[in-house]
Order: sequence, then C-alpha cells, then structure tokens
Amino acid sequence: MRIALFITCFNDTMFPRTGRAVTELLERLGHTVEFPQGQTCCGQMHFNTGYRPETLPMVRRFAEVFAGYDAVVAPSGSCAGMVRDHHRVVAAQYGDAALAEAVEHVVPTVYELSELLVDVLGVTDVGACFPHRVTYHPTCHSLRMLRVGDRPLRLLRAVKGIDLVELPAAESCCGFGGTFALKNADVSNAMLADKMRHVQNTGAEFLSAGDNSCLTHIGGGLSRLRTGVGTMHLAEILASTEGDLR
Amino acid sequence: MSGADNVVWLGAPAFPEAARTALADTRLRANLRRATGTIRDKRLAVAAELEDWEELRETAASVKRHTLRHLDHHLLRLEKAVTAAGGVVHWASDAAEANRIVTALVKATGGGDIEKHEVVKVKSMATQEIGLNEALADAGIRAYETDLAELIVQLGGDRPSHILVPAIHRGRSEIREIFRREMGEWGRPAPEDLTDEPRDLAEAARLHLREKFLRAKVAVSGANFAAADTGTIAVVESEGNGRMCLTLPETLITVMGIEKVLPSFADLDVFLQLLPRSSTGERMNPYTSLWTGVTEGDGPRNFHLVLLDNGRTATLADEVGRQALACIRCSACLNVCPVYERTGGHAYGSVYPGPIGAVLTPQLVGIENAASLPFASTLCGACYDACPVKINIPEVLVHLRAEAVEAKRRDRLLPTTEALAMKAAGAVLGSPRRLAAVQRLAAMGARLVARDGRIGALPGPFARWSGTRDTPAPARESLRAWWRRTRPPTSEDSGTTAERKG
Repeated sequence: MRIALFITCFNDTMFPRTGRAVTELLERLGHTVEFPQGQTCCGQMHFNTGYRPETLPMVRRFAEVFAGYDAVVAPSGSCAGMVRDHHRVVAAQYGDAALAEAVEHVVPTVYELSELLVDVLGVTDVGACFPHRVTYHPTCHSLRMLRVGDRPLRLLRAVKGIDLVELPAAESCCGFGGTFALKNADVSNAMLADKMRHVQNTGAEFLSAGDNSCLTHIGGGLSRLRTGVGTMHLAEILASTEGDLR
Repeated sequence: MSGADNVVWLGAPAFPEAARTALADTRLRANLRRATGTIRDKRLAVAAELEDWEELRETAASVKRHTLRHLDHHLLRLEKAVTAAGGVVHWASDAAEANRIVTALVKATGGGDIEKHEVVKVKSMATQEIGLNEALADAGIRAYETDLAELIVQLGGDRPSHILVPAIHRGRSEIREIFRREMGEWGRPAPEDLTDEPRDLAEAARLHLREKFLRAKVAVSGANFAAADTGTIAVVESEGNGRMCLTLPETLITVMGIEKVLPSFADLDVFLQLLPRSSTGERMNPYTSLWTGVTEGDGPRNFHLVLLDNGRTATLADEVGRQALACIRCSACLNVCPVYERTGGHAYGSVYPGPIGAVLTPQLVGIENAASLPFASTLCGACYDACPVKINIPEVLVHLRAEAVEAKRRDRLLPTTEALAMKAAGAVLGSPRRLAAVQRLAAMGARLVARDGRIGALPGPFARWSGTRDTPAPARESLRAWWRRTRPPTSEDSGTTAERKG
C-alpha cells in the first residue's frame, strides 16, 4: 500500500523520532511510505482558538498535498480528528466548490495510526518487542472524536515483553487542550496534577499515547517533578523490536 | 439589557480569573469531586440498563430539532390549548417584561393586603435567569424558594452553582450554619440543637417550609416540558416540595422558556425516561406533576403561563448554535466536565454554568458579554457523550470561539497580541519553506536554553505553561529535514503547486 505520512507540524518540529518510528513500522509491514514535502499543518490550533478564516490556507494545502494516496496516516488523534471533523466545515464556510470536492476526496483516506494498522492493514501484532512497564492514556480526540476504541490497547497487548498496566481514570482529560493550557493555565494545572498522580500510581516506566501534544503536557509535568516516568508515543513502542535490545 | 444582567452576573470576572479563585478553595474542590463523581457513576449505571438508550437519545434529539425548526407553530398551538383549558398565556420578549408580568399578576391576587404579597417558588432556571426574586423584592413581594438546595442558596445570600444541585458547593456543616443563622429571619427558625446530619437538616427545612406552603396564595414555577397539543405543563422534581406549590395555592404562575415546548403529550414518553437517568441517575424521578389549565375543585383556580424569549429567538437564528436550545437542563454535562469538576459553577459567572452554560450563556446575552466562556473547555468531548439530547457542545464551543474572535476584531482598532501571534503562526504554517526555516531557528535557539533536552522557564505568554511543566527542546533535525537527507525524492515530494499558492 502506498501510504503518505502526515507528520503534523508539532511532531515534525518537536518529535521527529515519532515520524521515523511510523515509517520504520509501516515499512517493516511491507508498505511504501512517502513524505510529501509540501505538507505543513492541519490548522487545528487556529480553528480551535477561533481563528477560522486563517485555517483555510492549511485546509487547502492539505487537500492538495495529500490527494491521490491509498491512505494518509497521522500519528496524532487530534490532528486526524481535525482533518476528519473540521476540514469540511472550513471548506464549506470559506472555500469554493473545488476545495469542498478536494476535501471530500481526501478526508476518507486519512487515518490515525492505530486505525490504519487495525482497520486498513488488518494487523494487531506488528512484531514489536518492548520489555517495559507501560501505561496508556487514550487522549480525548482519539477517544471521542475518532472513536479509536481499544485499537491502541489491542496493538500494545500484542507487543512482546510488555507489561501493560491500566491507567486509573484513563478517560479523563489531561488538561492540555491546546491554547486552553495558556488561557486557563490554572485549571489546566489542576487537571494535570490529577493525571500525573494516576500515572505515578501505576508504577509504569513509560506513559504512552497516540498524541505527542498530550504527552508533552503530561511528560512536562512529570519531568518537572523529577518522577522518572518517561513518555513515549505509541508508534515508538510499536516500532521497537528485539533488535533494538541488543 | 436587564436580562443579560442576570444570565451573566454583574461584575463577575472572566472565567480564568474566577477559576483561579475557585481552585484555591480546597473544600469546594473536594465537595465537587465527591458530588459529581457520585452522580456520574449512578448515571452511567442506569443509562446502561436501557438497551435502547442510544435510540432514545437520537429520538429526543430529532424531536427537539423538529420542534425548534417549527417553534412558532408549536407555541401558537400551545397557547391555544392552554387558553382552551382555562389558563392565560402571556408573552415576554425579555427578562424585564417577564418580571413586569409576574409582578402585576401577584399584586392583583393580593388585593390591598401586603401580607399576602408573597409567593412560594418551585425550583426554576427560567426565573433565576430573569432575576425574578430580586424583581419581586423590589416590588415589595417576598419570594420563598422551596427546593431544599435553592433554600440553602437563598438563605445563604448565595448564587446557585449547579443547574440541578444549586448548593453543590456547600458541605453539610456549612448548611447547618446557614440554617441556624438565617432561618429565623425568613420564618420558622431552625431548632437550637440542629446537627449536620442530613436527616436533621431535612427535617428543619420541612418544618420551615410547611408554614409557607400552607399560607401562600401564589406559586411561581418553571416548566420542564409543555405539550403543545394538550396544553399540559410538566414539572419533575425529587422532593415533593414543588408539588406542594403546584397544588395548594390559589394562583399558579409558570415562567417557561419558549424552547421547552414539545409537539405532543406522547413525546413526554421519551423525555421522562432520559431526564431522570441523565440528571440524578434515577430510573424515574420521584415526583412528576402534570397539569392542564385549571380544573374545578382541584388545584390552583388561576393558571398563568408566561412564555419567555430573552435571547432565544436570536439563538434560534444561528444554525450551529441553536442546538443549545434543545437542552433539557439535566446537568449531565456538568457532572462529566473536568473543568466544572475543578472550578464549580460560580466561576462561569452565569446562571447557566458548565459546558451547556458555556454555549448557552454567550448566545442568550451576546458573545461580547461572555467572551471567556467558550474558551472554558479543553474540547475533550465528555459533555457531548453524556448529553441525552445529543447537543454537540464542542462543535458549538469552537463555533462561538470564532464569533468571539470576530467580535474582538470588529471592536478593536489594533489586533490583540494573540491575533498577531496567530497571524504569524499562520504565515509560517502556510508554507513548508518558512516552516523549515523556523524549525532550524528553533533548534538553534533550543540548544542555547535547553538542559538535557528540556527547557525550564519560558518568557511571555508561555510563562504560565512553563511554571509547572518542562518543555522538550525542538529536535536538532526536523522530520522533513531527516527525510530529505536520508530518502531519495519522489514525484510527490515537490509540493510545488501548493507552495506557489502558499
């Protein structure tokens, strides 16, 4: 399958190792991964903060750059959710008929990583090995916008050597919420404190999720408190193999 | 604009500021966590009992959608049916008009006897919204709240902080203090030896309220539903105090938001299943009172229905925002909201708190009067999942955020710092070349400030982020740079068309 990687602007800049992991993983599974260099951003920050007209160029670019692939994969539930739930809205409100059609065309090919693996590629055991204690935070947009359900957990359970422990109150928001963390910093901190407490109670070495933005928020707090708990994107765990151990 | 004065409390700070105060109150947070947690779990359990729960939600949502599309038609049907059943219908375009109507009706019943100028009240959001108690007080009429939680709020000189449990922010020892201090001012005092046992507190309230029920000539209520075909009004409650008000007084005045109408009596079937399960986590609410106009020898002899607009028609005109009018005030969204759980209702500065308040309040009063509320959410979506009538609250929140930003653009000569930052970010994200350049700069900058790949304190708007969280340093090499370095280009890599347009 010819799969385009939509890395998202945040992962591109801050967490290139996640994109490399997605690439390694998909190639290991026998697929062709391409990285359209014209890609930038899904427009989520602008859209969710109320800067809607400013989102239009990004929606236009996305529809153009990612047209014609068998699938487009994004290692981010919230960015995949933005494309799937809101690009049509922006195209209808500010775009033209051609854009609306282009968006209509590209949106059904866009998948979050766990959806692509389980639903499209039909795998749950990706041949990974990660002998560590891991807990998983489902992230709100994966959970409630994309409805990825237990797909990430099915993938993780199949990982060799992993000690997967349940995160208490896993479905509670971590309090990041994009610009919410700046606009309502105090509430965001209160939510973060509870999330960190739950993570620490699991005794996990790593907190994993399908969104580096949530992980940056929770991981940033865990780091400040010097808890020693690391964060790791789902893709990086799934890309790990026994070879990495040696 | 007196309506707005009460939907949004005068002088209330913007949400982030009010939230900070609330967060500092550890007792409040503990009360809220316990109360919302309990209701949340009960709701999940009883909703799961119904195999057709999702179908019920869908049916309710579609009945509401239909009703709102043809609201004028159903309201005229309701007026006709209520009138035919011996009731009197009044139309109020805003809070001031509604208050004038109710005040005049109460005065007309009391004759010259000032003692009779008092009313008992059934818990009602609509009368909170219009500030009826205060308006009546200005006219020399005392309004007594009879719902236990509303009584606590009224005696405490307080504001309600939850749609269903207005005194959710109070612990039982606080309630005991309020009863002991204030009950005597309003009627029968609390017993000297009052403890903070719930049974004791309830008994004190019962004795205090009984004399009000037996004396009052006029009752004021809201309405949960009104059936347009029969003219039947419905009020659901847990304590039975509402029913006392709805049956004992000679005159009953109901103030009802125009969105509460349902096309037919049969529609109650759906909503009376959804409401108690969503609100209190009960299979059925303890008291459901239905009345149709007046009946000789049974209940009030005069019935007045005040149909309240107060910003609803304007809300109806907004295609995305109008779904907020489908709200049945169950408060399920409050009980699942992580923001509400930590701040409580007062932080919203409005009679409608929580996620539904964040979308309803700015629409009723105009976005410029409540601009911080649509941003009081992480968009986690828990409210949408919990809503029994499927109001897509996150969708309305981002819709109203866009309106808030547009309103600011209109009102200001110079753009805000945020608008400038968004513009700059848009320019960077509009072009892969510019993005790559910024990534290189960020990587260089990060090397100067990062320690062990982590950045501590940050300047400017990010200071509030970095106060409690480290930030990972931007990567030395972005993914796009890595790809260019390690992978041969393919035909799709150019992105030239998009680049020219960007």
